[in-house]
Amino acid sequence: MTRHLAAEAYNFAYLDEQTKRMIRRAILKGIAVPGYQVPFASREMPMPYGWGTGGVQVTAACLVPEDRLKVIDQGADDTTNAVSIRRFFQRTAGVAVTEATAEATVIQTRHRIPETPLTKGQILVYQVPIPEPLRFLEPRETETRKMHELEEYGLMHVKLYEDIARHGQIATSYAYPVKVEGRYVMDPSPIPKFDNPKLAGSPAIQLFGAGREQRIYALPPWTRAVSLDFDDHPFETSKAPHDCDLCGAKNSYLDEVITDDQGGRMFVCSDTDYCAGRRARGMKGRLWAPEPEGAA
Amino acid sequence: MYVAVKGGERAIDNAHEWLAEERRGDPSVPELTIPQIREQMKLAVNRVMAEGSLYDPDLAALAIKQARGDLIEAVFLIRAYRTTLPRLASSRPVDTGAMAVDRRISATFKDLPGGQVLGPTFDYTHRLLDFALMAEGTTPNEKVPSPPVGQGSAESESHVPHVTDFLNRDGLIEEEALSETMPPDLTREPMELPANRALRLQALTRGDEGFVLSMAYSTQRGYGRTHAFVGELRTGKVAVEVDIPELGFTVEIGEIELTECETVNQFKGSKTEPPQFTRGYGLVMGQSERKAIAMSLVDRTLRWQELGEDFTGAPAQDEEFVLMHCDNIQATGFLEHIKLPHYVDFQAELELVRKLRAEAGAMQEAAE
Repeated sequence: MTRHLAAEAYNFAYLDEQTKRMIRRAILKGIAVPGYQVPFASREMPMPYGWGTGGVQVTAACLVPEDRLKVIDQGADDTTNAVSIRRFFQRTAGVAVTEATAEATVIQTRHRIPETPLTKGQILVYQVPIPEPLRFLEPRETETRKMHELEEYGLMHVKLYEDIARHGQIATSYAYPVKVEGRYVMDPSPIPKFDNPKLAGSPAIQLFGAGREQRIYALPPWTRAVSLDFDDHPFETSKAPHDCDLCGAKNSYLDEVITDDQGGRMFVCSDTDYCAGRRARGMKGRLWAPEPEGAA
Repeated sequence: MYVAVKGGERAIDNAHEWLAEERRGDPSVPELTIPQIREQMKLAVNRVMAEGSLYDPDLAALAIKQARGDLIEAVFLIRAYRTTLPRLASSRPVDTGAMAVDRRISATFKDLPGGQVLGPTFDYTHRLLDFALMAEGTTPNEKVPSPPVGQGSAESESHVPHVTDFLNRDGLIEEEALSETMPPDLTREPMELPANRALRLQALTRGDEGFVLSMAYSTQRGYGRTHAFVGELRTGKVAVEVDIPELGFTVEIGEIELTECETVNQFKGSKTEPPQFTRGYGLVMGQSERKAIAMSLVDRTLRWQELGEDFTGAPAQDEEFVLMHCDNIQATGFLEHIKLPHYVDFQAELELVRKLRAEAGAMQEAAE
C-alpha cells in the first residue's frame, strides 16, 4: 500500500499543514471541554476506515520530528496493524520509534492502555471505532448530540440497571462508559474495563480519534473519569483469574492462547513490552522457556 | 510450547509481494496498459472517478489496475490520493444547458427541442454474449455512427434546453430558487445533520452506486414512493471555468463528462404546497446513468420535509440513514476492520460469559 510512498512527495507526517491545523484546533477544543466529542473534517487516509484513521490523523497532528513513537494494537507492538501504522510514520515523518512504553513520547493504541504507568509529557492516542457511548441505545446522531447537550443520560442508567436485573451485574466488559469531570459520558474506545481505572488522573494527555465518525475528544492530564455504576453495584474490573504464563505477572491483562485441540491453553500478558521487560529482569512464568531452536 | 507471535513485519512484506504477483497474473499473458483500461473499461473508470470524487481518467485507470479490478478498492486509492491534493480554486457552476450532449433522452415527451439522442447505450442491446469479442485483434465496425436525429446534430446545438424549463414556463413544476450561497464541502467539513440539499446531493453523487440504486429501488416499490418520471437524462461534456480574480475574467481550464438526470414527480399538493410537479436531481461524473437516475429518485424522496409530505418511516426518507451509510469507503473500512485482531475485547467477553454462566449454574443448583 505505502510501499512506493516516496518520503519527499508528502508533507511531514503525511498530512498537509492546513489539515494538521484543523485537527489541532479540534484537539485543543477537546482538551478544553473534556469528554466532549468535537466534530472534525476527517480526511481519507491511505489506510482504510476502521484501521485507525482517526488515531493516525491525531498522531500526525501531534508529531514533531523529535518525537519517539510507539504503536500498539491489542497491547502488542508486533501485531500486523501496529507494525503497519508504525512503518507509516517512520516513512512519512522519519521519527524515532520504540517498543518501550517509558521511552515513548507519543503512543498510538488500539484497545489497550499500557500496563506501565504513563508519565507527564506523554501523549496516548486512542483509535476509536464508535465514539458515541449512547449510539447503541439511540442510533441517531441528531438525537444523541441533544442528549449530551441536555446531560440526559437516563437511558444509559436504565440500560445498566436492566443488565443488573437480568444478569445480576453490568454486562459490559469493554468500551465501558465513563463520566468525565461530572459532565460528559464518554466512550473510552474498546479497551477492556480492566483498563478503565487508568483513564482517570493520568499525568499523560489522552486523545481519542474517530476517523470515519469524524470526532475527536480528549482527557487532559489529571482528569476525573468515573466508570458508570450504582452504589449497590460498584464498578469492578475483570481479567482472567490467572498469572501470566511467561512472566508471572499477577496484575496485568491477559490474552488467552489456545495451545492444542485438547482444551490446553495458556495466559500471557497482552502488553508485550511489559511482559518482555519483566522477563528481561529475570521474572519467569509457569511455562517460560527460551525459544526452541529453529522456531520462527 | 507457545512462542509469542512475532514477525508481523515480515508477514506484511511477504503478503505485499504475493499480492503484486497475483495482480500481475500469468506473466505469459500481456500486461494491461493504463490506456487500455481507460479506453476499454470506461464505465468502470467512470464509476471510480464518480465515487472517488476526482475527475482523472488516467489515475482512475491506474487505480483499477492496481486494485486488480476491485472497484471499491480503486475508489479508495483515488480518495486517498485526492486528500493530498491542494485546493487551488473553486470552479464556476458548470452549465449543463451548454453540454455537448452525446446522449439526451426524455421519457416524458416524445419529441422536444434539441431532439431525442440515443447515443452509446446498452438500452436496446440484446444481452447475448458476443463471442466475436473473444477473438482478439478484431477492430469494430469502421462505420462512423450517423449523426443523431432530431433537429440536426446535437453537437452543433450551442444550447440544449432542459425539459423542466418547458414545464416551468407553464408554472407546472416547482420553481428552483436561485441561490448564491456557497455550497458546503463534505470533504473539508464534517457532515452536519440536518443537511441542506446541496450537501445531500454531494454525499449521494460520491455515494456507492449499489447503495444509492437500492435506496432508489425501494422508493419505487413503495417505501417512500415519489412517482418519478425521467424528465430528462443527458450525458456529455461540459466546460469547467474558473474565475481568476487577478485577471478579472473567467478561464476555461478543461472539460469533464457528466451525466445529469432530472426527474419530474407527481405531487398532489400538501398543507404548504399547491399541486404541481416536483423535481429530483442527479448529477454524476462520467457516463453513469444508473447512478444519476437513482440519485435523483433518492434526492426527491429526501425532500419530504421541505414539501410538507408525511414521513412514512421509509429508509430512503431518512436523511441520517441514507447519508451516514452511502459512502462505500467508510462502509467497507468499518465492515472489514472486524477481521483485525480483537483478542482483548473478546477476552473480556469470555470472562464475562464464564462468570455469568458460573453464577447461573450456581443458582440452578441452589434451586434444585
